[in-house]
Amino acid sequence: MNVEEIPVMPRGTKPETARSFVPDPEHAPDEDLREAIWELGREGEWIVQPVPEPYYEARTNYGRIKKIPFQKTWHHKSCGQCGHIPGYSTSIFWLNRFLGFDYFDPRDQTSCTAWNYYASATSNQVAQAAVAMRNFSAAYETGYYPLIHCGTSFGHYKEVRHELVHNHDLRRQVRDIITKLGRPFVMPEELVHYSEWMYAIRDELKSRLVYDLSHLTATVHPACHYYKLQSGDAIYDPEIYGGQRTAAVTAVVQSLGAKVADYSTWYDCCGFGFRHILVQRDFTRSFATLRKIEVMREEANPDVVLTHDTGCVTSLDKSQFAAQAHGRNVGVPVMSESQFAALAVGAHPFRVAQLHWHSTDYRPLLTKMGIDVDKAWAEFQEDLAKIERGSMPYLTWEAVL
Amino acid sequence: MLSSLYPEVPLEEKQRLFDLVKADPRFEDYLYGCYECGICVAACPSARFYDFSPRKIAQALAREDIELVYEQMNDDIWNCSQCFSCVRCPRKNNPGGLITIMREVAVNNGLKTTKEALAGYTRIIYKIMTTGTQVSPDMLQEDAFPDWGPQVKEVATHLDLWRRALPPETLHTTGLSWQVEERTMLELYTIWKLTGVLDMIRELDEGLHDIMEEVMDDALEDQGFAID
Repeated sequence: MNVEEIPVMPRGTKPETARSFVPDPEHAPDEDLREAIWELGREGEWIVQPVPEPYYEARTNYGRIKKIPFQKTWHHKSCGQCGHIPGYSTSIFWLNRFLGFDYFDPRDQTSCTAWNYYASATSNQVAQAAVAMRNFSAAYETGYYPLIHCGTSFGHYKEVRHELVHNHDLRRQVRDIITKLGRPFVMPEELVHYSEWMYAIRDELKSRLVYDLSHLTATVHPACHYYKLQSGDAIYDPEIYGGQRTAAVTAVVQSLGAKVADYSTWYDCCGFGFRHILVQRDFTRSFATLRKIEVMREEANPDVVLTHDTGCVTSLDKSQFAAQAHGRNVGVPVMSESQFAALAVGAHPFRVAQLHWHSTDYRPLLTKMGIDVDKAWAEFQEDLAKIERGSMPYLTWEAVL
Repeated sequence: MLSSLYPEVPLEEKQRLFDLVKADPRFEDYLYGCYECGICVAACPSARFYDFSPRKIAQALAREDIELVYEQMNDDIWNCSQCFSCVRCPRKNNPGGLITIMREVAVNNGLKTTKEALAGYTRIIYKIMTTGTQVSPDMLQEDAFPDWGPQVKEVATHLDLWRRALPPETLHTTGLSWQVEERTMLELYTIWKLTGVLDMIRELDEGLHDIMEEVMDDALEDQGFAID
């Protein structure tokens, strides 16, 4: 039999092994920084901003417990999400409002600038740490707690935190800069990614489902910078791949009732490359389609690809057009789990999920979910007409909830 | 291994650049030696696409092979995707992090291949350093992203209207990813000035540096920011 004729059964998230992984904090490759952060706080090195109560307790890779705030969150937005795939951030905000949560969307926030740093290296260790601490300071001054939307921001800030805890000279240099800016020097107790918040609210969402998603299959791309950088501080769950892969995204999708199928190149990156996506996209296009989308299609044939980072949604979605032109086996819609979850609990596909900013055809997915795409698009066109006529300056939250 | 690619560059200069890489405070955390197991290469997306190897990077630095390191700083480091899949290393090396350091040294010292690698990228540097957001909605233009299909043209055509059809008030922007307060932008620029990043930009692109300085220094002065 030809290899290509062998049927591949889509696998789920149960490991095909009798071995079990028992997490042990004592075996973590990195020390738990949080006690050191509090200790430095007691010594007056910085102010520690505690996670607001009530919080969710999630298990990380080696069994440590991480506090995830539900409310009073300060949304550290992502430049790529807000710029090119704005339904990503809009869905996160919408879910907060949907659940009646108190949150803050700041203007006193810069990008983490890590995209630029990983693309061009036109920065340095001190500058990158100062950018992070300026943003943490801005959050602290509002009384809200940082919730980081971008996987790269999250990973980079974890690196920065590690360096600041261990390097006294760096801490002094950065503190001098922040003081010069007239701001307090603040380290949050935990660094929290929005996908961890999604994990914490997954049962809340499950109880509010509007659509039956049990006939849908998703593949998940875990974002490199979420779990490969400072690997001990990412959420793992024994129910998901036996606790050997991050549970972010996958646990949420399963709670929503959809099936998550496995594929062999799950560890591969999306091909974003930071500078490549902007000035050398032949690499990005090839990697995103040949190593990710095509493999997913061949091994799992998903209805949708879900991920939890700016660059991953961009690379995996935008790269498919050129591959399609070459007749490759692509054509799977890509979005964040925040958009998918918002849709599942009744968010509008264009007013909230803003899927018209995405490239790969998402309409078959929406139809399969039970959403009337033509009706939804017509409603959105009416909104646009009102804005154009001036009878509505902007699409407001009141109009979408 | 002796490299014959850059015989015109004196050995002392190659040694100086290597010493700068090694002097970075992160270097010792990123390099512990190498088993030559190749796990980093197997995980590396760039190794599948280019003649590139994170293992060679770690080895050259560990062996202090300054000829090869100089060659890599010119010809290899910009191929890295900075995904950090290579941190799967059983020796806890961080080849991606080593490359970040090597890139910084390459930019700081104006290596010619660095300028070539970053050609076309400088407008992004201007955007992030002066506004605090890296990519703006108005960058989505058909001529810049022809491979992303006709949807890019749709976005560009309707950009202003579609941005106003976003419920979060901070996203009603076209030239920025979100609305950023002026004070916030100036604080960011102050950070670049105080940490020597602007000097790096001068090495990379003097024209860009001069424009940024002219625009932002005036703004700092207007707002009464003092950097001393």
